[in-house]
Amino acid sequence: MTKALVRARAILRTGLDDRGLTRIETMRSDPPLTLRQTAPGEIHLVSTGAGPLGGDHLRLDIEVAEGTSLTVRSIASTLVLPGTGRSLMEIHVDVASGATLVFAPEPTVLAAGCDHRMTTTIALAPDASLFWREEIVFGRHGERPGRCHSRFDATVGGRPLLRQEFVVGDPESDGSPAVFGTARCVGSTLITTETPADEPKSDPREAEVAEGVAVLPLAGPGTLVSALAADAVELRARLSWGESRVSIQADSPARATVGLRPPASRFP
Amino acid sequence: MDGTAAGGPAVNGAAPGMPPTHGLAGLLLLADSRLPAGGHAHSGGAEEACRTGAISGPEDLARFLRGRLATAGRVAAALAWSACVAAHDPKFPDMRRPNSHNTAPDGHAHAADAATAWRLLDAEADARIASPAQRLASRTQGRLLVRTAKRVWPSTALGTLAGAVPDGAHHPIALGAAAQAAGCTPAQAAMAAAYTSVTGAATAAVRLLGLDPVTVHRVLAELPLADLTDSVIAEQHDWSALPAHAAPALDLLAEQHLRTEVRLFVS
Amino acid sequence: MSANHDDHHDAPDGHGRALRLGIGGPVGSGKTALTAALCRSLGPSLRLGVVTNDIYTTEDADFLRRAGVIDPDRIMAVQTGCCPHTAIRDDIAANVDAVETLEERFGPLDLVIVESGGDNLTATFSRGLADRQIFVLDVSGGDKVPRKGGPGVTSADLLVVNKTDLAPMVGADLTVMSRDAAAVREGKPVLFTSIREDRGAHSVAEWVAGIVESWRHQHSHSHLS
Repeated sequence: MTKALVRARAILRTGLDDRGLTRIETMRSDPPLTLRQTAPGEIHLVSTGAGPLGGDHLRLDIEVAEGTSLTVRSIASTLVLPGTGRSLMEIHVDVASGATLVFAPEPTVLAAGCDHRMTTTIALAPDASLFWREEIVFGRHGERPGRCHSRFDATVGGRPLLRQEFVVGDPESDGSPAVFGTARCVGSTLITTETPADEPKSDPREAEVAEGVAVLPLAGPGTLVSALAADAVELRARLSWGESRVSIQADSPARATVGLRPPASRFP
Repeated sequence: MDGTAAGGPAVNGAAPGMPPTHGLAGLLLLADSRLPAGGHAHSGGAEEACRTGAISGPEDLARFLRGRLATAGRVAAALAWSACVAAHDPKFPDMRRPNSHNTAPDGHAHAADAATAWRLLDAEADARIASPAQRLASRTQGRLLVRTAKRVWPSTALGTLAGAVPDGAHHPIALGAAAQAAGCTPAQAAMAAAYTSVTGAATAAVRLLGLDPVTVHRVLAELPLADLTDSVIAEQHDWSALPAHAAPALDLLAEQHLRTEVRLFVS
Repeated sequence: MSANHDDHHDAPDGHGRALRLGIGGPVGSGKTALTAALCRSLGPSLRLGVVTNDIYTTEDADFLRRAGVIDPDRIMAVQTGCCPHTAIRDDIAANVDAVETLEERFGPLDLVIVESGGDNLTATFSRGLADRQIFVLDVSGGDKVPRKGGPGVTSADLLVVNKTDLAPMVGADLTVMSRDAAAVREGKPVLFTSIREDRGAHSVAEWVAGIVESWRHQHSHSHLS
């Protein structure tokens, strides 16, 4: 148990090339956070090495410049393992005016005994578009998860859009029918619309609910798909259903003025 | 007087020199389920949880209430604490940020700034309640509480809040402002919010499932209300960093409940 | 307590607002049918709003909407969390909110009817919610009900004994009911109806029109009461 603690900071920035197309301006990998461009405007996170392990501090900065679009995925799920102290994964995101970010990595799996902290801070310009999916799996098959505390903060033009914390591995909320119920995974997808935030409360968008999943129009210009499930496959299916409902609402004539980007075909 | 003497509000409970009973009378009235502010008709997701079988007895109910307290209760306590501080101290901490235009000295700009601050805190509550059904229930209860509190404990803060958010401020914010009007400290406001985040659901389960009310009160007595309130107070965050603990199951229950044919409770 | 009474008249918007009429009574006595009949007869001459307090969902509100006696938007339903009497007596906040919402949206109104959820004989409206109240009984509960009294029977501004058509079938003696009611109500009016057969509803409507008229008269002048 004398492994050196990892400190890593990876950076990803887009810019416009002279034809007005998105190009990757900066792509700084810092193992174990390794970035690979797999298509124009598309990056995959390739984990080199196990973890994060307890004590590791990883940071990813993403800046999506005005008018550009970026998709970030990962090759495999992230397995959070125990180690010396608490592991930390922080993500800082800035999406500028007219820019689009799709962030859809594979799930984070909390192995037994882990002690993990995740923070995500997203600053969106008022007419930026975002598709942000996060999935947390409570332990590998048949395993009791360690501890995890995540915090997600998204603002639009400086106004709060969504702030959410999840705590897994806390006896107060584990197994509570009010929090995760009997689920073994929790996931959410935040999809923002382009509507300016002038009259968010008058927005007539309707919530939808199905087994283990809800499509929740937020008070601000965005919709959250929130799901609970027994396993990662079911979780993804439920989120995908919810995500498709958001794009259907956006495509219906009544919703034409709201619109959503990226279009459904670009959703992962 | 009301604890707002020179030197600022008593933010963490009884300040030095304050009588030990300070604010307690107001707290008892505010937290009493007999307060005529519409709370009796809200089950906080318990009705739907009973209908679906997620709550069927005292053990399930205890788990439900513990989780509710650790999530929605924690957020409500933090918001109520912040609202009570704001009502005590119209300087509104977050309004002094570099970007805010609150550079004018005390004067005419005061009421406008207070209204802006209330809307800002209310937007922080909005961002922490993903479910539209829960936002609606929270605003409805907030509106009714402000209406009642304005007549019981007339105060400037309640008037400004009602004007700033006419459709109804979120319930914890209304509760914080009402607590200040009732002479309570922010710590007492947080305690009242934590308490009301579980009592409505507990009562609903007693009525719907015919549970033994004494057993259920024991469950309530064993909840870590004081620990939770203490930890919320110890954190003393900027509004943007206030706790934001989500409860996906409560979101699902709230939305399903709105779509259920037979409902005895509003939420 | 006279303090209560004063407070009621000093309540916000106490002046120049619609008369608030509570309609209470046991389950199945005909409160919703009476509300529909009142809307039908008074709708052409008065500006109305209706708040229903269903035990179950919005059934009563839906019944009224289907009956087509009033613009459906003027009907609001209030959920009462298993306790219909709490919502009209101890904690009237949601009902007051509904009444004021109707007045804001459609006002000025002449009359807002608040129909309680069906409850027992002790249920009665708070003065903070209803300016006047009607208590509706039916004969099938037996002809002893008026003698037993209870706040609804004794203190309501009008007692309506409904379903008189069933009296012979359930062995209820209307004369006994009338005599007992008069005794416990100290002269306050009692009307016998069979709403289903369209008998007697018009006299209830006339009584309501009368109190609306005197309310309007009283409250367009100075604070007399």
